[in-house]
Amino acid sequence: MVRKFAVPFIAVLVFLGVWEALVWINEWPNFVMASPSDLPAAYSKYWNLFLIMGWQTLWRTVVGLLLAVVFGVALGMIMGFSRTMRDALYPLLVGFNAIPKATVVPIVALLFVGAHDLNTVLIAFMISFFPIAVSVSIGLSTLEPEYRDILRSLGASQATIFWKIALPKTLPEFFGALKVAVTLAFIGTNLMEIVSPHGRGLGALFDSGKTNADYPLMFAVLIALAFLGIVLYYVVVALEKVFAGWAERQPT
Amino acid sequence: MTTDALIDIKGVTHAYQTAEGPLPVLDNLNVSVNEGGFAAVVGPSGCGKSTLTRLIAGLMKPDTGEVWLHGARVKSPRSTVGMAFQNPVLLEWRSILKNVMLPLEIVPTKLTNTQKEDRARELLSLVGLEGFEDKRPSELSGGMRQRASLCRSLVHKPEVLILDEPFGALDAFTREDLWQTMHALRAEEPFTGVLITHDLRESIFLADQVLVLSGRPATTQYVMDIPTDAPRTLDDLYTPEAAERLNVLRHQIEIAQGRASDEGEAA
Ligand SMILES: Nc1ncnc2c1ncn2[C@@H]1O[C@H](COP(=O)(O)OP(=O)(O)O)[C@@H](O)[C@H]1O
Ligand SMILES: [Mg+2]
Repeated sequence: MVRKFAVPFIAVLVFLGVWEALVWINEWPNFVMASPSDLPAAYSKYWNLFLIMGWQTLWRTVVGLLLAVVFGVALGMIMGFSRTMRDALYPLLVGFNAIPKATVVPIVALLFVGAHDLNTVLIAFMISFFPIAVSVSIGLSTLEPEYRDILRSLGASQATIFWKIALPKTLPEFFGALKVAVTLAFIGTNLMEIVSPHGRGLGALFDSGKTNADYPLMFAVLIALAFLGIVLYYVVVALEKVFAGWAERQPT
Repeated sequence: MTTDALIDIKGVTHAYQTAEGPLPVLDNLNVSVNEGGFAAVVGPSGCGKSTLTRLIAGLMKPDTGEVWLHGARVKSPRSTVGMAFQNPVLLEWRSILKNVMLPLEIVPTKLTNTQKEDRARELLSLVGLEGFEDKRPSELSGGMRQRASLCRSLVHKPEVLILDEPFGALDAFTREDLWQTMHALRAEEPFTGVLITHDLRESIFLADQVLVLSGRPATTQYVMDIPTDAPRTLDDLYTPEAAERLNVLRHQIEIAQGRASDEGEAA
């Protein structure tokens, strides 16, 4: 227990120490690189902005991710159960995923002018559903036929087979993908907030730091983003423990 | 129309539709197994044995011919069938007990939850898995997993038990242990069985009828009846009679594989 919390905590302290030392030894001015000791000032000065904007970034990421889960799972199920659909959709999906999302941002921004929340959620969603769809489709399509036959030979419906076997068996892959997707969704949200500034979210706060040459603020935003990212990631890890903990190898 | 055969397969012909055109797998196959009987099916690999089990289970319909179970034509899966495969396909997120109870969640039953659990426990202790009820499948050896899989195939008291090479992946000693377990199960549980196997000793030790299928497309090439007068022991496999039976079967397999002519056929 001590190990679980103390070790990462010490690692963070070491990281901050090295960062501070680097800035100090090289005598970097703030506009090259701010040091950790500049951050508390930035946080205390703008704490209310951090709370408001942090919340905006957080909820838009989570909504985008939830959409990605719903859509990704549905798409994964379609591709997992039907070979034809898999052959048809896979190239499309890969092509879509290959498009750098930074180029999509202005398109979406123009498509729904002024609908900032919608735009941001949309980008977070578009950037993050791919790994979910792929993992669910692979999980379902690689289900050994015997698993299906065990229930089918008893007269079980497709829905029963899905709930009792296909779904739980796919959960470990799903959570693996969700861990990737949560980070991607977060990147998507920030991309929209920075590239298409509309004064909301931590991305916008970062942008205002840039225009005002407030370098400690920019770094403070980065750290806040990292913190939010860590929180989101570990929420997924906790969910994984609850729903797919059985897949973890027992240390023997 | 009634016969005393519980499993009656009449003139079944089946072909798979593949990209290279139809692949004939079964050709006018006839099999009948009496109630309480236990038939072993041997044949060259890829000849259509698993296809036969899927037809009996109602997982597929034959192109032509009929499959009858207990006087009813099989057109779709029915809950009076139990299946076990070479892969024990246990669900890793369930305990052994819950794995065995799975069919009772699917088939219509009047049992209460306690009765379901008792039934599963009873079977598990019959196959020597008492004390392992709460373990996860990954904590058990291959042989133990296969025992649990057998329990699951029998828990809902099926009329017909279909075993598709269930012991194929086990080492020789574990396999012989499981043969004995099969005899113990047959003594306690009433079922009519079909066992697919590629082990001729297994077929004559467990079954009272051995069917040799020809190469693909498979048809019944040879049938050997094995009298079931006394309880069998492993020693029975080393008698001159057993050696003679194995010889005949081996020869039939060679014919099925196209490696020998059927001049000496004794059927
Ligand atoms: N779903 C399927 N589609 C096409 N061909 C199949 C399918 N299932 C089995 N086959 C082919 O049919 C033949 C018989 O298969 P199977 O019944 O599994 O043989 P066995 O169990 O005797 O080894 C094999 O050549 C196999 O490749
Ligand atoms: Mg087979």
